[in-house]
Amino acid sequence: MNIWKYSSPQTFYPLAGKMIPVFAVLAAALGGAGLYIGFFVAPTDFQQGEAYRIIFIHVPAAWMSMFIYVVMAFWAAAGLIFNTRLSSMMAHALAPTGALMTFIALWTGSLWGKPTWGTWWVWDARLTSELILLFLYIGYMSLAAAIDDPRRADKASAVLALVGVINIPIIYFSVKWWNTLHQGASVSLTRAPSMASTMLTGMLVMVLAFWMYSIAVSLARVRVIIAERERGAAWVRD
Amino acid sequence: MQWGSVSEFLAMGGYAFHVWGSYLVTGVLLAAEIWLLARRSRTLRAMPGRSVRTPERDR
Repeated sequence: MNIWKYSSPQTFYPLAGKMIPVFAVLAAALGGAGLYIGFFVAPTDFQQGEAYRIIFIHVPAAWMSMFIYVVMAFWAAAGLIFNTRLSSMMAHALAPTGALMTFIALWTGSLWGKPTWGTWWVWDARLTSELILLFLYIGYMSLAAAIDDPRRADKASAVLALVGVINIPIIYFSVKWWNTLHQGASVSLTRAPSMASTMLTGMLVMVLAFWMYSIAVSLARVRVIIAERERGAAWVRD
Repeated sequence: MQWGSVSEFLAMGGYAFHVWGSYLVTGVLLAAEIWLLARRSRTLRAMPGRSVRTPERDR
């Protein structure tokens, strides 16, 4: 099988259509399982009480907000370098979901911070850099929408996306580089996780659910973008 | 399971506002994203003159 044949909008459009239900079903199933573990299996935290249950959406949303940006920048760069239309469309399809994940991370973090830290918001490095991430997504989408010629919009917004990548390691390492109110990573590859195993399981299942959701919704959006842009082409006509 | 009753579950040990405020807003936003996307797709298909393949016809 030649996978490269799916790099054109025309061949990718039906493939994406077939993949969406698979990822949507996985997202719903994993989301249901994750919420069940999060609310009915995972114990009460001895320090934070029940407020900690916010992490089951906060952590997945925060991870996705960073990961989606990297993937978006990757496709934007591919579109810029190889001049492939589908790559740029993928980048545009990811941006709104990334912005949404960033907002959810900030919102849930704020609601978690109030009972845990005693404040809704502080200007520490982690929170500030995550807020900048939201502005980067909004800036990317605004710039792409402001330029009428889609190919020029692709190129200009790709440059913005690439410049903004520098913010991702800043967010990730902010808790190490600076003395932040936000705690360090709860999960890392180098040491045992600092939480009960059922809590960790619930969180990881929710992370998978957020992954599947993001893939499904981005594929659905890229299909709409393909249909919008290729409206004049013969293959989308009857 | 640590919940004795439904009301205990809803109370979230005194953090109902924070926990449900997080989950509710997240749920509403995800639903809104899906709804907006479906509407964008419908609008596109309803455009006169240039028809777009419907998902049913792809299979």
